[in-house]
Parts: sequence; C-alpha cells; structure tokens
Amino acid sequence: MDLIIILQAGVATGTVLLFATIGEIFSERSGVMNLGVEGMMLLGAMSAFSVAVSTGNPWLGLLVAMLAAGLLSQIHAFITITLQADQVVSGLALTFLGTGISLVLGEGLSKAGAISLLPNFSIPLLTKIPLIGPIFFTDQSIMVYVGYLFVPLTWYFINRTRPGMHLRAVGEHPAAADSLGISVYGTRYFYVFVGGALAGLAGAVISLAVSPGWFSELTTAGQGWIAVGLVIFAQWDPVRAMFGSYAFGALRRLILDIQGPAMILGFNNPFYYNPYWGFFLQMLPYAFTIFVLVIGSREAVRKRLGAPAALGQPYIRGERGL
Amino acid sequence: MQNIFKQEWFSRLIDVMLPVFATLAALGVGAVMLLLLKVNPFVAYGAMFEGAFGSGNSIAETLVKATPLLLVGLGICISFRGSVINIGGEGQMIIGALLATQMGLMFTDLPGWFVIVLALLMGFVGGALWGGIAGYLKAYFGVNEILTTVMMNAIAVQLMNFLLRGPMIDPSQAQLASKIPQTARLLDAFRLPRWMPTRLHLGFLIAVVLAFLVYILLWRTTLGYRIRAVGKNPDASRYAGINVKRQIVLALLLSGAFAGLAGAIQVYGVNYRMITDGSASGFTGSAGFNGIVAALFGQLHPLGTIPASILFGALLVGANKMQRVVQVPSALVIALNGLVVVFVVSSDYWRRKRQRRRLAQARIEEDDEPDEEPGAASPAQTEVVA
Repeated sequence: MDLIIILQAGVATGTVLLFATIGEIFSERSGVMNLGVEGMMLLGAMSAFSVAVSTGNPWLGLLVAMLAAGLLSQIHAFITITLQADQVVSGLALTFLGTGISLVLGEGLSKAGAISLLPNFSIPLLTKIPLIGPIFFTDQSIMVYVGYLFVPLTWYFINRTRPGMHLRAVGEHPAAADSLGISVYGTRYFYVFVGGALAGLAGAVISLAVSPGWFSELTTAGQGWIAVGLVIFAQWDPVRAMFGSYAFGALRRLILDIQGPAMILGFNNPFYYNPYWGFFLQMLPYAFTIFVLVIGSREAVRKRLGAPAALGQPYIRGERGL
Repeated sequence: MQNIFKQEWFSRLIDVMLPVFATLAALGVGAVMLLLLKVNPFVAYGAMFEGAFGSGNSIAETLVKATPLLLVGLGICISFRGSVINIGGEGQMIIGALLATQMGLMFTDLPGWFVIVLALLMGFVGGALWGGIAGYLKAYFGVNEILTTVMMNAIAVQLMNFLLRGPMIDPSQAQLASKIPQTARLLDAFRLPRWMPTRLHLGFLIAVVLAFLVYILLWRTTLGYRIRAVGKNPDASRYAGINVKRQIVLALLLSGAFAGLAGAIQVYGVNYRMITDGSASGFTGSAGFNGIVAALFGQLHPLGTIPASILFGALLVGANKMQRVVQVPSALVIALNGLVVVFVVSSDYWRRKRQRRRLAQARIEEDDEPDEEPGAASPAQTEVVA
C-alpha cells in the first residue's frame, strides 16, 4: 500500500466526480437542479463504451457520450423550464430513464473484449517535482489533465466573463435578467445541456479511462448522487468542487487498497483478518458525503452563502417571482 | 351551446384520466424503443399483459409485487405531501427487514402470531429510525434530505452485506466453504397466511387497510393537517404556531416506517429469510424506488396509490414474461417507469394552467357580476388568461 499510488489513482477517480460535479454546478447556477446525474452518467458510460467497441475510436465514444447525455438532459429541461414542473420529480424520472435505457442497450456489452482506451501519458519536466509530480503528472489519463485546465477555465468563465455573469443572473434573479434582455429559457436550456454533456463525459471517463468496461449499474455505483452532494459542499464553486472530487477519489481508492496488506505501519491490518469488516469501509464514501453535507449546509447558513436564489423555481414571465 | 371542452365535469374527468394518458404515452415511447431493438411491440406488450393478468396465479403474483410498492408508496404520500422528498425507501426496507428477521431468529419458542406482530412492528420501527436520521439532519442542520436518504440506502446495503455474512448468517452456511450470505429460514409458524395455492399473502390486505388509515391520517387528523400545512407553506405554518422542524422529522419518520414495514412483510410473506446478492435491489426488487413512481402516479393520494401500485406490480411481473418471450432485458421496465413519471409530471402543466384560468376567471367574476354561474366562462375570458 503506497500512499503515492493511492493519491495518484485518487486523482484519476476524482476526475470522474469533477466533471459530473462541475456539470451540475453549471445547471444549478442557471436555476435548474438536475437530480438525474446518475442516469446521465450511466448513459454516457454505456454509449461511450459501446461506440468505442464498435468503431475502435474512444474519442468518438467520448463525443457520443456527451451528446447522448446532453440530449437526455433536454427532456428534463423541457419538463422543468417549458412545462414548469417539479425539478425533483423530473430529475428522478431522468435517473430511471437513463438507467433503464443504459441497461437495456448495454445488455451483453460487459462481455466485450479489450478496446482501445483514452491515452495515458506523463508530462515531461513536471513529473520531476517531488510528491506533486508522481501524484498529478505521471501516467495519468489525458482526461485528468483536461480536468486540471477545466477547473480554472470554469471559474474564470462563471466569475469573470459576460456570459458567465448572465448565467449567474438567470440563476439568482431571472426576472431582472429577463428585463435586461437575457433569454432566461434559452440560458437555462443551454446550461442544462452543458450539465448533461459533462455528466456524460464523466461517465465516458469511467468506462474509457479510469475503470474501463461496462458493469451495468455498478459502473457508476452512485457517483452521480455523490456529485450532486458535492455541489452543495462546493457551494457552487468549481475550485471547491475540485478539492472535494479529488478527496473523494482518494477515499474510494484508499478503501480498495487498505484491505490488501496484512500489516499496515507495523500493525496487524484488521480489515485483512476480518474480511467482512470491509463492508464498513465501503460505507465510508456515503457516510462521508452525509458528513460533508452537514458541514456544507452549516457553512452556508453561517456565511449566508448558498444556493442560487432561483434554484428549483420555474420562471414564468410576468408572474411575481422573487 | 357550451363547448364541452370548457365544462367543469369534463375538466374533472381529464384530471382523473391524466395518469392513464401518461401511461399510454409512456407505453408509446416504449414501443418505439422496442422497435429500435427490432422487437414487435404488440408481441412484447401482449406477453407483458399475459404475464401480469393471464391467469389467477399471475394476478396473484402481480398483487405480491404490488404489496411493497403500495406500502412504500403510502410513506411517499405522507412525506411528499409534507414537501419532504424521501428517496431512501430501499435502505429503509432493508433496515426494517433486518430488524424483523432478527425477531424471528431470536424468539423461536414464542407463539407464531406474536412473533409476526412483533416483527412487523420492528420493521416499522427500523424503517422509521433510518428515515428519521435524514429527517433530523434536514430539520436541525438544513441538510438536503434527497441526498442523505440516497446515501443512507448505500449504507444500509453494506450493513446488510455485513450482517448476512457475519453475525446473522445461517449457522449451516457458516460451516461451508462457499458461504451463501443468508440467514436461517424462519419457522413455518412465523409465515404470513397465504391464499393457497398462490403466493398471495396477508401483507397485501394489510397494505390496503393501511392505505385507508393513511388517508384518514392525512385528511382527518391534526398530525396529517400539520404535515400538509408545512408542505404547502412552511412560513405560514410557523406563524400559525406549528413546530415545522418536528413535522419534517415526523414526515420522514412515518415515511421510512412504511418502507420498513414493506421490508418486514417481504421477509415474512414471500422470502421467509434474508439473502443478499450484494445489491439493494437483490432484496427489495427496487420497490423503494418504484414505490415513489406508484405514489406519484396515484397523485400522492393513498387510495390512488392502490391501483397505481397494482399497475406497476403488473409491469414488473409482465416484464419477466416479456424477457422470456421476446428476449428484451426486463430493465426496460426501469425506463418505462421513468417515462411514466416524465409524462405524469408533464401533465401537471395542464392541471396548473387550468387552475390559473379558474382563478383568473373567479377574479373577473368578482369584478363584474358577482352572481354569475361558476364554470360558465365565455370564450373571450378564457382566451385572456390561456
């Protein structure tokens, strides 16, 4: 059990959560909560893998995954934005729908043989930095590096650009945004699509890079829900989302690795001698999510920060809103 | 001559029929999916219907599947009416079932009826505890209950996996090399009575009776009134002196309790032991999720949930038959459930639109002629607000 290896793998696993979480941040910043992340991720993982199997091109798989999940998210957009229905219920429906479609179309995919995956490589020079080099820049998937660039770009986009300001305005005060000529519906549709596409991308990163293959529901194993939880922990901020995602990735990896060796730091490893105790380890990510939610929720109350003001509320033009 | 589309009775009828239209629409989209899979949808749906209602036995199977859906759905009616979203039915079922099973394993020398009652009660308590945790966190820490209930599902599954491999394992399995993670079988005396020769058990009747009790609870008691008041408007409820936090905890407590009972009844009525394949759905058959669909379909009304859960029970039983006949994975039902919810939640749009129209119309009547007959809107008036 090597800590460096755990952290290195944790960053890779965390990249999945990173894309899904930032996708949900985009959607929620525009005022639309989409609980269907799990379904969209599964659809992304399944379509990416199946396209990669049939064409041999993982990049095409990645693209199809983003499109498929993005299209699925538009059902949610239509129901919640145009039909102004309940976002929670519609998001649940999306989870069912995405899961069902993925399981039906993915039937038999688990038997597919080896496929070409997204490439792994090391960044020359940067690998030489002690500690940071081996963890972040050695033999990582290309999508991990994309993740590094993605976080600051997202932050800059949301906080420092005009379209980012429009996005925030639509989520905080749609009526004001509308009066300035920003299309509330158009903006929301667009960012729900972005959220869906990024969830699909996250799914594709699982099946084409981090843990390649198709294992029906176990492919995502609830990570979509964890991503929705991380959004609250992250207080809708991509930089905090990054820390949360990598921490969760490392935790998941640690749980796998800690059951291996008979001795840890000179002590008998209890999880090695009592294999059933491993089930308690597997509870940890979920228990930790609850813990993180408690922290995040308290902090939100204390700092008077929190969710975009119009989150969860349909915008009806001409009706007295916020 | 009045246009029939503008008459009150007609719009009421549409309200009642909306779920039916929603189902038909979902089946329509499902048919497109079947066509894409190169399967004749008529053959597939025919097999489904045959499997669900083809014989006395298949009807009994449908009702057996409907039982946990109805019980979970009743809990959902309570929590959703209180604006509390409980997605933790799976975990609550598991915890309820674990506690109930433990009763049957521990008290083997007590009379059967007593153990059954005790077990069902413990199922109720177990589910209530598991749901109550999420309720407490929401009420006093402001933690989103949707996420906590989902996380509690995953935690319950691992607890079940641990208990069924460790402390609660069947003693005869514990000696084998390939240990099947299951408990010992319950005594014959502890089984819920069955309607021989089918597998239909007393649990279905219990669930139907409880549906009426939940109806009374929600609309004829103070507790139900408070839960609904908090659901409609928490601020107004607070000013009216209702302890909002307590109602939130109670809503999740009760909601979890019904799911826990569903788990207990599943053990004492159908399986007679607990066994795990490592996943939640291996035990629950996803009833914790499908119960939500059934309750939404039943318009969050306990009595409406009865036919709704029978419908979704039929879908589940029918899907197995469909899988055998046309080789379509039965997971198609998950997608169909999703589609039904999509259409049910969408159809709400027309209901709300009409409601707004009615309100606007009432306002117009107030202004102009106070004694005009309600429901007799002139086309011009409807146009204004449509």
